[in-house]
Amino acid sequence: MSQNLSQTLRLTEIISEHVGAVGGVIASLRAIQEEFGCVPEEADLLIADLFNLSRAEVRGVISFYADFSRTRVEGILVRLCAAEACQAAGVQTVRKELEDTFDGGSTTMGVTVEDVYCLGLCSVAPAAMVDGRLIGRADAVRIKARCSAAGLEVAE
Amino acid sequence: MTKRLRLFLPLDSVAISLGADELAVALVRTAEEQGVEIDIVRTGSRGLHWLEPLLEVERNGTRVGYGPIDEQEAGDVLTALVADGSHDKCVGPVEEIPFLKNQTRLIFGRCGITDPLSLRDYQNHGGLDGLHAAQTMRPSTICEAVLDSGLRGRGGAGFPAGIKWKTVSEAAADQKYVVVNADEGDSGTFADRMIMEGDPFLLLEGMIIAGIATGATRGYIYLRSEYPIADDVLKTAIRRAYDEGMLGADAGGPGHPFDIEVFVGAGAYICGEETSLLNSLEGKRGEVRAKPPIPALEGLYGKPTLVHNVITLCSVPLILAKGSTYYRDFGMGRSTGTMPFQLAGNIKHGGLFEAGFGVTLNQLVNDIGCGTRTGRPVRTVQIGGPLGAYLPTSLFDLPMDYETMLANGAGVGHGGLVVFDDTVDLMNQARYAFEFCAEESCGKCTPCRIGAVRGVEVIDRWRSGEEPEQQRAVLDDLCEVMVDGSLCAMGGMTPIPVQSAIKHFPEDFKPTKQTNLAAE
Repeated sequence: MSQNLSQTLRLTEIISEHVGAVGGVIASLRAIQEEFGCVPEEADLLIADLFNLSRAEVRGVISFYADFSRTRVEGILVRLCAAEACQAAGVQTVRKELEDTFDGGSTTMGVTVEDVYCLGLCSVAPAAMVDGRLIGRADAVRIKARCSAAGLEVAE
Repeated sequence: MTKRLRLFLPLDSVAISLGADELAVALVRTAEEQGVEIDIVRTGSRGLHWLEPLLEVERNGTRVGYGPIDEQEAGDVLTALVADGSHDKCVGPVEEIPFLKNQTRLIFGRCGITDPLSLRDYQNHGGLDGLHAAQTMRPSTICEAVLDSGLRGRGGAGFPAGIKWKTVSEAAADQKYVVVNADEGDSGTFADRMIMEGDPFLLLEGMIIAGIATGATRGYIYLRSEYPIADDVLKTAIRRAYDEGMLGADAGGPGHPFDIEVFVGAGAYICGEETSLLNSLEGKRGEVRAKPPIPALEGLYGKPTLVHNVITLCSVPLILAKGSTYYRDFGMGRSTGTMPFQLAGNIKHGGLFEAGFGVTLNQLVNDIGCGTRTGRPVRTVQIGGPLGAYLPTSLFDLPMDYETMLANGAGVGHGGLVVFDDTVDLMNQARYAFEFCAEESCGKCTPCRIGAVRGVEVIDRWRSGEEPEQQRAVLDDLCEVMVDGSLCAMGGMTPIPVQSAIKHFPEDFKPTKQTNLAAE
């Protein structure tokens, strides 16, 4: 109960900072996502109240943008570019190798592999972002090395 | 003891993605160990991306390059630099490298040379000349200069910038805005990112000039969330600009305030479309708005708003500093000035090549980019992002300018070229175009929202051999509906990659026995 209360207080605090700012709803959601690793459902009504919106409108915004999620990412997040320049540079092979390593590609062994559409590293494709850090000319070896550096134990 | 070594190393995303930060740390550590005194200036990138991380050293006023340098090579390189400078990875004076020497750098002139976060460095290299000129001109004269220069929107649509400026300028309102579209989501493009990371004051200067000309006093940079380094650089640059009085109460001259804020998006390709960008900036779903009213009259919060791509605004300071005639003399026909072409995908020498319009694809891909990285023959280039055409090598001699590209069913777009070798399957690429549209459609227009999903299904049926002729007819019909029935380019232009692929590479569009590409 006390934890729930402190969450409510913290959410309210974050949202209040963005009331009146340009794009305040999205700015609040971004700040919440960064701090909590997701947007707890509780935030919907708090945002709705503070921005004088309906909860449906707030949910509409949350579901529209790829950066907002309802659940926390487990373990290390590997974002692999799925767009054309990376396709031309063989990102499919990298993805396949990662799936083989991380067994299925989704949330196993503490790694979540996600598609991203363009990281702006198209001249040194394929591109990836591991634990928030950019990797150009990405291959499975470099991605695994970065995962290890971020604290993952990769079985060989 | 030797004299201090002055080193330059990019802070650009590409360089960092290849280990520039680790190299910087290793250089400092080994310099201490070897007792060498060094200064490292973090710059933008020169755009020679196959050489990144490219370390440069100043020798008798000339910058000599070493690249690509791994962190393990730091000690080795440092030893060489203390001696006569010779090293296996030495690429000689950087500005003599043909890739750089053959460019016309009007926009990227400072990128890679100066410290992007030093306003003094910026001014010492011609920065603020355009702003100072604009401060002595009447708003209508500035608009005329932009119109006369022939500058067109660099985001993709190619609309004459001067007409937008005039419209916003003449609109009466209590508040007007300048909004920068830095939602550079097209695969194969990174020019906006590079200039924001490598010369951020240039964008701020362009925005302030736009403010003076249109009467806008607030500017927003809508930046995509996939660009964290650009975000850091821009925010630091803005803070320094306020500290130095470049922004704030007298930014546009005594009594002419101008404020700038960065707004980070939340992962939606569609927000690169100007009206959905404005909705997003208001904190709403990034759904497209119907036009009219045009944003120049009713934009952000219903106020007159000048929405421009990053490169468009970055072209403005030079036009004001050197005059519209100077600018207009570059390029060809109605495509004046320069375009930063971005060589991407499967390319040996990838990077940024700024040139006047009129350069050919052949020159860009084969002469400058040196063909594919895999060494296999080039089969196609997709120009201008996910909504751009796939062109065959038989059209590689066409000059790159707005009119010629349009006449050939393609577009310059934002100047990105994605090169594919002969292993590409164009039916796959056509399918992907629909898949991407289905993923990123804002959902407002039915032909785009539903049509893209149907497009994937039709191609899958075609591939599996289910009445291929009929599928072809359905696909043509579907494309027609999408073009005619979508408010914006997402639905309206997704048919371009699809139909260009079918037109130029019909041999790829045939049934195969494999069904491994069926939707998940």
